[in-house]
Amino acid sequence: MDSLKPDTIAALRPYSRKDTGWRLFLKTIIARAYPRIIGQQREVSWLVFDVVMPMLAVISYVLVYRALNAPEEYIGFVVMGGAMTAFWMNILWSMSSQLYWEKEQGNLALYIMAPNSMMAILLGMALGGMLATAMRALAVTLLGMFMFGVTYTVSSYLQLFLVFMLAMVALYGMGMMMASAFLLFGREAWHMANLAQEPIFLASGFYFPIKSLPFWVAAGASVIPLTLGMDAMRQLVFPTGFQFGFMSVQLEIIILAVLSVVFVVTAKILLAYIEKIAVREGRITESRR
Amino acid sequence: MFVFVTLCGEKRDFMQTSTSWRSFRMAAWLGWVIESNWTDPFLFAVYSIVKPISGAAILVIMYGIISQGNYESALFPYIYLGNAFYIYVGAVMTGVSWAVVDDREHYKTLKYMYIAPIYIPLYLLGRGVARFITGSIAVFITIAAGILFLNVKINFAEVDWLLFFVTLIVGVVMLALLGLLLAGITLTVARHEGFIGEATAGALYIFSGAIFPLDVLPEWLRPVGYFMPTTYWLELLRRSLVGNVAQAFPTLANFSNMEILGVLLALSVFFGTVSIYVFRWCDARARELGLIDRTTNY
Repeated sequence: MDSLKPDTIAALRPYSRKDTGWRLFLKTIIARAYPRIIGQQREVSWLVFDVVMPMLAVISYVLVYRALNAPEEYIGFVVMGGAMTAFWMNILWSMSSQLYWEKEQGNLALYIMAPNSMMAILLGMALGGMLATAMRALAVTLLGMFMFGVTYTVSSYLQLFLVFMLAMVALYGMGMMMASAFLLFGREAWHMANLAQEPIFLASGFYFPIKSLPFWVAAGASVIPLTLGMDAMRQLVFPTGFQFGFMSVQLEIIILAVLSVVFVVTAKILLAYIEKIAVREGRITESRR
Repeated sequence: MFVFVTLCGEKRDFMQTSTSWRSFRMAAWLGWVIESNWTDPFLFAVYSIVKPISGAAILVIMYGIISQGNYESALFPYIYLGNAFYIYVGAVMTGVSWAVVDDREHYKTLKYMYIAPIYIPLYLLGRGVARFITGSIAVFITIAAGILFLNVKINFAEVDWLLFFVTLIVGVVMLALLGLLLAGITLTVARHEGFIGEATAGALYIFSGAIFPLDVLPEWLRPVGYFMPTTYWLELLRRSLVGNVAQAFPTLANFSNMEILGVLLALSVFFGTVSIYVFRWCDARARELGLIDRTTNY
């Protein structure tokens, strides 16, 4: 052993401690978040596309508002909506569809065989995706500020932080829930994720205040956490935002907290159930193109 | 049916013998099957319709909020029809270029297509037909919804049908050739190839005056719009359907329909020629570098 290099010795050394319980859960989260955070930062070219694509839509809609001589608040609403699309796209393509991609690439069976919790893997994906996506959303927001002169006046930083964090927890909980459902999809997964873009941008008011929709439509759309999250944030960062609010910020915070709990708990139950079905029907390793 | 006699004296049907036609026809059928057989017809129909209708609805709501429901303004049909016909841009252009991604990365069959007795450019153009069909349905439904529910006023007796169909055909051919250009570029790149069509369509959306007059763009960016054939294509489609829209915006108000058609034809020929040469160059480069069967799993 003495003649070996330190790296080789470390590689040959048996595991000194077997992690179980919450320690394993936590390590699994970090392990799954790590490649997502590091990988996305290593491939900087993704940043260009992740920022440019939402910006194209933002520019188009801003210019429509300009053509209509809309009040300046609406320009800010569009920029914020454009920034938040990064999170929705991340939910669709990197959370909901992720287990399907993992199945296609043959990793899913390894995840299930390994002695860790699938919930921890999904949480790791969520955490990694959230951090990386926040960078992209920030880039869109800053670009919007520089290109269109959007200014923000935060009325309560505490409420803004609370709204954002709750919206993220609820949103990624929803993503985890959807991931288990997508597990059962075959080729439909890609199409389903593709379908859930424009209709959600419409229903959730990404480019206009949700208050403009009929009450029951807006109330129905509030199931998607970004709907109330954006509505509350618009009220908190634009001076006249309160005029466009669908509900009071306090009520929206309560609803977002409830949604967070419901989605995370449902995701756990659904994941266990769907995993059982998928194992029983032998669909974990199938790859239908 | 066109029948000809071969050098051996054998009678053959041209439609079944021509490599070009066979490549195009089979690719169109293959594309349709790939596009549509992932689900049942009902879900496929819903899928094909919901996305464009939702996109249109976003604009309608934005317009309705600011104009306080005044759908009589000329700007409304301008935005609505521009957006509806723009569906073709994404559908046709991306339909052609996406075939490279689909065949090379997803199905891993592009190399087999290259060694098959088919003509690759026409094969790729044929693959775009399915998206053209679904796009046409989406355009039709979007416009029908506008007429029925949103007060988009189109007087069918006053529609210039000849201009409409000539413009539509010229535009679709032009878009298909632009799709070929993108397909060529897609052949030579390893990363982000899936975004090329989407990003191009997104950029054209801004520079073609699809949903706002070009005058809204900063002055230094307007020339980009004037150089895009899609600008003239959308303008002519609007003029053929609702003539009075043309007078409402100064962008191309000084041009007659025939002048705009002339510009559209000239730009289409220019971009079409460039597309063919770019595709040939990219195709040759992809063959030289061994990129035809490269899969990156990116």
